[in-house]
Formats: sequence, C-alpha cells, structure tokens
Amino acid sequence: MKKVYHRIIQISGNVITVEAEDVPYNSLAEVATGGRVSLAQVIRLDRRRVSLQVFAGSRGISTDSEVRFLGRPMQVSASPDVLGRIFTGSGSPRDRGPRLRDDLIDIGGPSVNPARRIIPRRMIRTGIPMIDVFNSLVESQKLPIFSIPGEPYNALLARIAMQAEVDVIVIGGMGLKHDDYLFFRNTLDAHGALARSVMFIHTAADPVVECLLVPDMALAVAESFAIGGKRVLVLLTDMTNFADALKEIAVTMEQIPSNRGYPGDLYTQLAARYEKAVDFEGAGSITILAVTTMPGDDVTHPVPDNTGYITEGQYYLSGGRIDPFGSLSRLKQQVNGRTRNDHRAVMDNMIRLYADYRETREKLAMGFRMSGWDRKLLQYGERFEARMMDLSVNIPLEEALDLGWQTLAECFQPAETGIKSDLVAEYWPGGTEAATAKDGNGTTPA
Amino acid sequence: MDDGEHDGTFGMTTERKLGEVVGVNGNMVTVAFDRHVIQNEMAYVVVGETRLKAEVIRVRGEVADLQVFESSAGARVGDKVEFTGELLSVMLGPGLLTQVYDGLQNPLPELARQAGFFLRRGLYVTPLDEARPWEFTPAVKPGDSVCAGAAVGTVPEGIFRHRIMVPFGWPGHWRVTWVAAAGAYPITAAVARVSDGREERAVTMVQRWPVRVPVTAYREKLLPVETLVTQQRIVDTFFPVAKGGTFCTPGPFGAGKTVLQHALSRYSEADVVIVAACGERAGEVVEILREYPELEDPRTGRKLIDRTIIICNTSSMPVAAREASIYTSVTLAEYYRQMGLNVLLLADSTSRWAQALREMSGRLEEIPGEEAFPAYLESLIAGFYERGGLVRLHSGETGSITIGGAVSPAGGNFEEPVTQATLKVVGCFLGLSRDRANARRYPAVHPLDSWSKYPSLSDADDLAFARRILQRGHEVDQMMKVVGEEGTPLADFALYLKSEFLDAVYLQQNTFDAIDGATSAARQKASFRRVVDVLRTPFLFADKDEARSFFQRLRQLFTDANYLPMDGEKYQALDRQTAEFLTAAKKEA
Repeated sequence: MKKVYHRIIQISGNVITVEAEDVPYNSLAEVATGGRVSLAQVIRLDRRRVSLQVFAGSRGISTDSEVRFLGRPMQVSASPDVLGRIFTGSGSPRDRGPRLRDDLIDIGGPSVNPARRIIPRRMIRTGIPMIDVFNSLVESQKLPIFSIPGEPYNALLARIAMQAEVDVIVIGGMGLKHDDYLFFRNTLDAHGALARSVMFIHTAADPVVECLLVPDMALAVAESFAIGGKRVLVLLTDMTNFADALKEIAVTMEQIPSNRGYPGDLYTQLAARYEKAVDFEGAGSITILAVTTMPGDDVTHPVPDNTGYITEGQYYLSGGRIDPFGSLSRLKQQVNGRTRNDHRAVMDNMIRLYADYRETREKLAMGFRMSGWDRKLLQYGERFEARMMDLSVNIPLEEALDLGWQTLAECFQPAETGIKSDLVAEYWPGGTEAATAKDGNGTTPA
Repeated sequence: MDDGEHDGTFGMTTERKLGEVVGVNGNMVTVAFDRHVIQNEMAYVVVGETRLKAEVIRVRGEVADLQVFESSAGARVGDKVEFTGELLSVMLGPGLLTQVYDGLQNPLPELARQAGFFLRRGLYVTPLDEARPWEFTPAVKPGDSVCAGAAVGTVPEGIFRHRIMVPFGWPGHWRVTWVAAAGAYPITAAVARVSDGREERAVTMVQRWPVRVPVTAYREKLLPVETLVTQQRIVDTFFPVAKGGTFCTPGPFGAGKTVLQHALSRYSEADVVIVAACGERAGEVVEILREYPELEDPRTGRKLIDRTIIICNTSSMPVAAREASIYTSVTLAEYYRQMGLNVLLLADSTSRWAQALREMSGRLEEIPGEEAFPAYLESLIAGFYERGGLVRLHSGETGSITIGGAVSPAGGNFEEPVTQATLKVVGCFLGLSRDRANARRYPAVHPLDSWSKYPSLSDADDLAFARRILQRGHEVDQMMKVVGEEGTPLADFALYLKSEFLDAVYLQQNTFDAIDGATSAARQKASFRRVVDVLRTPFLFADKDEARSFFQRLRQLFTDANYLPMDGEKYQALDRQTAEFLTAAKKEA
C-alpha cells in the first residue's frame, strides 16, 4: 500500500477526497498542510476515490497537501498514565504532559453481548439526597441530566464527580465553554479528585469533528478500566452538542435529514454510546451520567426525546434543583429495597406530600383560603426544599433519611404521613409514645 | 412468489460466485460481480481474516449494493465477496424454544462462550445443536400421501410434541417411501423419504426458510374471534386481542411500554411466546434472560423460558441485523404455528426497525417519504402484521400468530409515519398516555383513545355502560377544571367519582404483584360484573364530601380484594364486608 498521496480532488466542508488505493474503511490518515498536521478518518470509499473527514477542519488545506494513510483506526491510550491527564477530542494532550503511546486501544469497539449482562444491583452514593433518597443512581445505569441552558448542570456534574464512590472518573466535554472546562479542572484539582480522573475536552472553539470523537474516546478508556475491575463513572456534557455536531456533519455529507435536520440514525448513534454502560460480571462497571440540554425546555425535541428512549430514566434539572416529578431512575427499585427498611416509605410519602404542597402553593397563588392542613403542607414544603432539594446539601443516605423523618415529625402527625405504623414505631423521632399520643385525631386528609 | 412454492434455496448453484468490493459507505458495500446475483441473496465480504455476512439489497448494472450485518470497518476496495446463492434464512427444527438469538439467529450464550463479554465481528454459530439426539416417533407409514407442512413424526420438545414436517417449500403431493423407526436421531439425520414420482427427497428434522417470505403451507386464513387472554384487565375486557389478531402499543418514553410487553409475555395464555427485542435497551432483555428461567408458568407448571424464544438485537447491535430480526422472529412464529399452536409475537419496538429501514434507505439515496422514512414503509409494516393470523392447516387443525408491536413515536406524538402506518393494519390499538403514566395509573393504556375490533370477554351491554361512565366522567372532570368542584352539580360529581372508581379498581393493575398482576378470564368476568353493578346503582348522597368518602371506602375494599387470591378466606370475608357496605348504602338511598 502506497502511504502518501498528494492530489486532493475535492474539498467540501470538512471532507476531502483523494485518489488512493488499498485504503481500509474507517482508518486514519494524517493531512499535512504547511507544517500543520491533522488527523482525518476515511468515511467513504468509491473505487479509487477516498473521502476523509478532517478532524481539524478543511480550512487551509490545499489541493497538493500531503495525505499519509496510517492503515489503522482511531486509537486512544488506556494506560494507567491517563489518570490525572487532560486530552483534546482527538487524543492530544491539552495539559502540558507528554503524548501517551502505550496501551493503545481502538475506539468505538463492539457491543457487549446481552447474554453476558447482569441485573444491576449496586447503588452509587453521591451524598445528594435528591439522588440517593429519591432517585438512586445504580452502577451500570445510564442517566441523562435534562436541563435548560443556564441551569447549574456542570456544577452538579462536578459535585457528583467529587463525591461519587467510584474508582475512576472519565469526563467527556463536548462544545464546552472554556470557562466551564477550567471550572471542571480547578474543582477536581481542589478536591484531590483529579488524580483519579481523565478528561477529554472539546471546547466550543475546537473543530467540530473532534466533538464527535469525545464520547468514543472517553468510553473506550472507561471500558478498559472497567474490564480491569474498576468502577468507572463517565460524565458527558453536553450530549446535545454532540448531536448537533452529528447534524452538522450529516448535512455537510448531503445526508437526508429526518427530524429538525438531525440525521436518521441519531437514535442509533446515541444508543451506541449510552449502551456502553454495563456491569461486567467478575470485573468492574461503567455508569454514565450525561447532560442533555433541551432547547426551549422542550422534552419532545429530537435529542432529549431519543435520549429518553435509550436511557434508564432522567434527572430533570429545573430552577437550580433536581425536580422530583420529572426525574426518574428506572433502576432504583433494584437497590432501594436493600439500603434501609424505611427508604422506600420515606421516598414515596415525602414525594406525595411534596406534591400536595405544590397544589397548595397553587391554591395560595390563586387566593384561596388556607386550611390548617394547607398550613402544615406549606411549612413542610419549605423545609423539604431547603433540606433535601437544595443542591448544596451534602449528607449520606442514612442521615438524609433521618432528616426526612425529622422534617415529617416537625410538620405532621404520624398518621398524616401515610407511613405504615411499624416503620413509624421504629423511626419516628421522640419514639412511639410521641407517635401514638397524637394518633387520636390523626386522620389523613383527602 | 405468492403461493409458497419455494424450496428455500432459490436457485442455489454449486459453483461459487465471487465479486469484488468497489465502494464502502457505512454498512453499505458496493460490489462488482461478473455472473448473476439474486435480490436479497446472502453473501460474505472477506475482510482480512473475517467473513462478514451481507445481503444484496439493490442491483444496478454490473454492481450490487449489499448491506453488511456488521461493522464494515477495515473493508477495502478490491476485497473479495462470496455469494451464497441462498436468501437470508433461518434454521427451523427442535431446540428453538428457550433459545436467545441475535437478529440473524446466532445463539448469544454460545457467542459469549466463544468470544467473552463482547460480540465478535464475523463470528457465526449454528442456531441449533446438530449433535443432540431427539427421540423421534413416526406419524406416517410408507405409502401415505403428504404435502408441505405435514408431520412425518414428532419429537418431545419441553412442553410440546414438536412436529417434524415436510419442508414448507416442497410443492405438490408426496408419497412416503420410507420412515425411520422410533428412536433417537440428531436433527440432520433423515427421518423419512418422500417421492413425487419424479424425484425422491429425504426429510430431516431441520429445514431452512427465507425469512422475508411468509410460510403459507396452510389451507386457509380464518377470522380471529377467540380472545387471547392476557390477564390484563384493561386489555381483555376493554381492548381485547384475539388469537391470530394484531395489536400495537405506541407510547412516549416512560409510559411503560416495555413493562406492559413483559406482562403480556409472562401472563398471556399462548402456547409459545416469541419476544423480539428490536433496537431497544439491552438491560430490558436481561430481566427476561435472568428471570424467566426461574419463573413458573402456571399453565404448564414448567418454567416460563420453556415456552419462550428471545430474539435480541438491541440498540447498540448492528443496525442491519436489527432490520432482519423482525423477520427472523415472525418466521420462527410461523414455524410453531404450523404445529397447530397459538403463538404470541411481541416486537419491541417496531419503530427501531423502521429506523433501521430509514438508515439503509438513506444510504441507498432513495427519495425519502415523510420524516425521511422510505416510501415503502407502509407496505413493509402491513406485510409484517399480515404474517399474523389464524389459519386452518392442511390437517384441519388451527394455529395462530398474534402480533403485538410496540411503537416508540418521536416526541410521543402519534401523528408520525410509523404509528399511522401501524394503525391502518392492526385490529387493536393500546395507546399509552404520558398523562396516565405521570399520574402513576398503570398500565397507562388510555381508556378513551384506545380501541379494539375484537370481541371482549365481558357482556357487551355492561361494557358499553362502563365506557359511557368513563366518557361522562372525563367530561365532568374537564368541566370541573373550569368551574371548580363548587360549581359542579352533585349528580355530575357522583358520576365523576364512579368513573374514577372504575379506573382505580379495574383499569389500573399492579403488574409487579403476583395476584393483581394476573387476572384470569373467570375472575375478570366476575369482578367486572361487580364493578358494573356499583356503576349502575344510583346512590344518593347528602353532599360531595359524603360521596367522596363513600367511594374512597369502596375503592379501598375493591383494591384490597384485587390483591387477594379469589379462593381464600380473606377474600370471602372482604367480599361479605363489601356486600354489607353496599347494601347499607342502597338502603340509605
């Protein structure tokens, strides 16, 4: 195979076409233009015409630029040295560290055999009550954080990264503002979490093709650590930028768009990434949390819509809090029966009462008179928001459950909570006497 | 092509036809060939050491476009292509039940044994164990006349006597010239020989059938009328599915499509259940894979997995194989139907299949239809559902395939092409609603929007009455949103409470509860009758609070009963308590 070609016959968008022979599909090439070298990937073969997607973009490429075929697919280093390092979407160091050339693995590897998957069974504690108590995160789960632009989703991700009980954190940033990138780096550094993290960062100023590589790079490294027995948490932000990059490339490639300009394989493309979340029997696991910003707060927009069909629930970030109604962890039932015996009861009843509080708030806003029950709910709702929903709250699950009981006891009679009496006897602050003494008039209001 | 006159090979040639790759675009490979090729013929693209399965999907002049069933990474212009002369086919024989296949009928556990955690490209495994002996009992004797689909004998396969049939593609009548004695044989051994006067052929326990061609070795198609009991109250009573009928369950994400499909696969009174996990989460299949070998099937006393076949081509598996997996599943269903069994095929989700079609259509640069789906989407969807049905076999027995397809409409909007094309051809529509799911009213089948053209288990008058209550209750509810509870007349309010009562104690069902999750036909009839009795009773209330607390109490009594076994003492006691409560209320009235 001749390696170097000099005649580029077409340049269109980020795609160049060169006449060459014996080039493997999906393999890489280096395109050299006036001293600058960029990677490119073969995306189409048509007899002698080879179309390549240039990662750094086609700007400045001349028709006699040098194209050197490498004959191998995109690879990333999965050596332990990646920990503490920061890379670009194409795998070049973004920090001042050396380029890594050990333990190179192909990105975008094959799918896990469904027959080798197991039912998820371990909870990941985050110290955030809205997650731990109400929508537990489970190892091997894939969950998006649905959010509108402006919400503190990156702050939330950074907090989860610092607090989650995992061995390795892989952060994939797509279309990240440079400020956000610095925020991630500085926060992890300040909390000593950088040493167990690896970051692949594509900023908004970088070439769009590199954005497409970020999830694959991050997940390939994660997979390698997981097979080595590590519990890996992958944080991706923002998958809507990834989808928009897909759209941009697809339109450049003159593909027929399906819905609002997105390519017809958007679902498959997203699923290929999210389905990397897995629990390897006898080895480690990959858990994925991915920010998906919803343009116009519209959950039916193609990106959140397709994501919702793929993922196992979602955290819905709204008004600076994780909204208890829009959020759902489909896997929580697998774990919250085995944490503490009051976990499910506290979860269900606190949420139900909080829903009642929301209704009362509406009545209040419409000027209806407040009953005694309404006033109890108002008191409860305010405390619930301050103690549970505020994102700065950082307490272990058990403490959060205790705080839940305390909040209930401050606001209600035991029977008004709707919690089974044996649990009330066990957990009600002040003991059973306090609970039963009040039981006389404790009817549950409608 | 229309009367089942196939031998399954479609002009297989002994000489090997070769081609050469001239272009690669995603999983579409363009191949130059020198002799003839057959549309939908299987081929292998030789990439280095691996041979990748592919299918001819378009021929133009000297080149054919092939969809490769795996990643085409590494393929080069000039790579060799071997054409097989055979259409994409599945292997049919004893041993299919309990299996977990990918879309091309590779057994996934065996792939895992050979390749570990990940699927390995180019690794294909024979679908059936060719070494395992089966205990054959002949059903014919030399001199008997047989035709395609007729049983020459049986082997025991779990719960059934699995029929060994004359291959479905053999045309005309055949005379048995020899049949094997009772005894154990592997599937590839000849168990009978038949002759049509011109040639003699050997019948083995296994035959191949091209998946895209319907099996038509039956006498006639019949009208499906008998209800397939699914033990889901809202389905069997309100929107029933007939044996041999078709239904669809469209719904937005989070509305409980998969939970409903799982409930149907667990509790339906079908002989064989085929679950086609088509382009959805792998995690959902894992629950079936891990739980069904443990769960008991109350109808047979065996494990649920014994009547189940899983075709699993989840979202991250190759997209072309996803497209094929739907046809693989329905072909397996047809095979068991030919044995006179009632088969339930659940496809989750047909939207992912349609998307696979769309991806390929895009690569072929076909002129797109609505939302870029190919223009032929409707006819393919219709063709798929039409492979369901109730048939009379040549033996006079009946067999059926009931097809249930989940649909995942973009944005939860039913006005999209896949849902609309599906609604045209199915006999029952179970529309899942996000509002009902958000209100935790499961199964979230919408009681006013859904419909069924099949007969219900319950009395038609009762049903019409219950429907009217639901409709009127909904209207009152809408009105109350404007005028408030205060502005609603007491009679209307009572009507609204009745419809809420019906919803809570009958339409909603807790699928995770062993008793409430599965309501038998007899129990549904009894229980529906009692609910309708309440609906028909004109209660008189002093005020709305009294009405509300009355129905709250009644609801509690009925809900509690739903969770108790019908023959138990507790149920009897509760039953008496309910009767007393109602009698007291009527007296007051």
